[in-house]
Amino acid sequence: MSSSARDRVRTLLKTTGWLQTDIDTLGNDADLYVAGLTSHATVTLMLALEETFDVEFPDSLLRRRTFSSVDAIVEALAEIGVNTEAV
Amino acid sequence: MTTLQDEHRAYRDELLQAGLLISMGVDGLYGRSGTFEGIVEGINHAFSKVGDPDRPDVMRFPPGIGKWQLEQSGYLKSSPQLVGTIHSFTGNDRDHRAMLETLEQGGDWTAGQKMTQVALAPAACYGVYPAVAARGPMGGNGGLVDCYTYCFRHEPSIDPARMQMFRQREHVRLGTEEQATTFRKLWMERGQAVIKSLGLPFEVDVANDPFFGRTGKLLATSQREEALKFELLVPITSTEQPTACVSFNYHRDLFGRGWGIKTSTGDVAHTACVGFGVERITLALLKHHGLSVPHWPQQVRDVLGL
Repeated sequence: MSSSARDRVRTLLKTTGWLQTDIDTLGNDADLYVAGLTSHATVTLMLALEETFDVEFPDSLLRRRTFSSVDAIVEALAEIGVNTEAV
Repeated sequence: MTTLQDEHRAYRDELLQAGLLISMGVDGLYGRSGTFEGIVEGINHAFSKVGDPDRPDVMRFPPGIGKWQLEQSGYLKSSPQLVGTIHSFTGNDRDHRAMLETLEQGGDWTAGQKMTQVALAPAACYGVYPAVAARGPMGGNGGLVDCYTYCFRHEPSIDPARMQMFRQREHVRLGTEEQATTFRKLWMERGQAVIKSLGLPFEVDVANDPFFGRTGKLLATSQREEALKFELLVPITSTEQPTACVSFNYHRDLFGRGWGIKTSTGDVAHTACVGFGVERITLALLKHHGLSVPHWPQQVRDVLGL
């Protein structure tokens, strides 16, 4: 079954326990840091995204706001060439 | 053309020649003379004069922390390149003979060394968080701890201001977000006042820790974007690259969460700390006022009690 990058990001956030709020109750533009994402969890999230999508974030994207919401993450993935529609 | 490295070497050699620092044959590892230690004590005196009225809990830890404390602190995730761990010989008589033989042949005699339960403290406050956590929830005023110890960071350098083993005098505040941020704001003012009273030029700037690798880059930019760390910088060997002599850090709930430190209402504690790098301030004083303490301005000696 195919799923969009947005769905895969949401699944990742749901299964890892990095957030203190259930991702299902959050919109795609919700601030993940407000939802409990810590700096160290952001690092783990970044590595998990790289593994899931087989990509490497360039230095210019290694910023806090890159991972600030599901939408921001998907936008960053698109920027580095990930097909963010159904894959 | 004089490079920054030349400047570092020149100042280090000057300090060694004057006997203020004592060579131990390893970059960044030095003995200190009585005069040097007198200045260090003076800086502690100045720090205490400002900080003691807050009636902190005084805690003095050895330069070692438990291996378990290092593991739980998260430091291995962010700065593995700086970590120092203590290893020791644990073999039998035969292993001992083999080790000595290897040593005699100039080989790697450390191959059989095993990790002990002790690591070196990367910062003075690392012993504080588990100690406070072990006491259970704090009272409504939160906690305030005064700590001071030798720290180790593996970054050999000929810059005398980048020692591998150095001391930090710190106050650590634990409590609500407001208590932690108010503390940091107060000490940013106090820290500047102390350094100003010592007749040193300085600037305060937002900073980041030297985190490791690509993930460290993300941690560093996050730290800057959130302005979690400020440093008070004094030019020592370079005006373009001044040296951080005092740091003002707000950790949010990183340590509160990591160690399970709770406020009186049961919430995860926020923490902040101010750290004075006493060797660096000493080196800045020697650079700006000269190597002869009796010739320093009277006002500076008064602040230091010298």
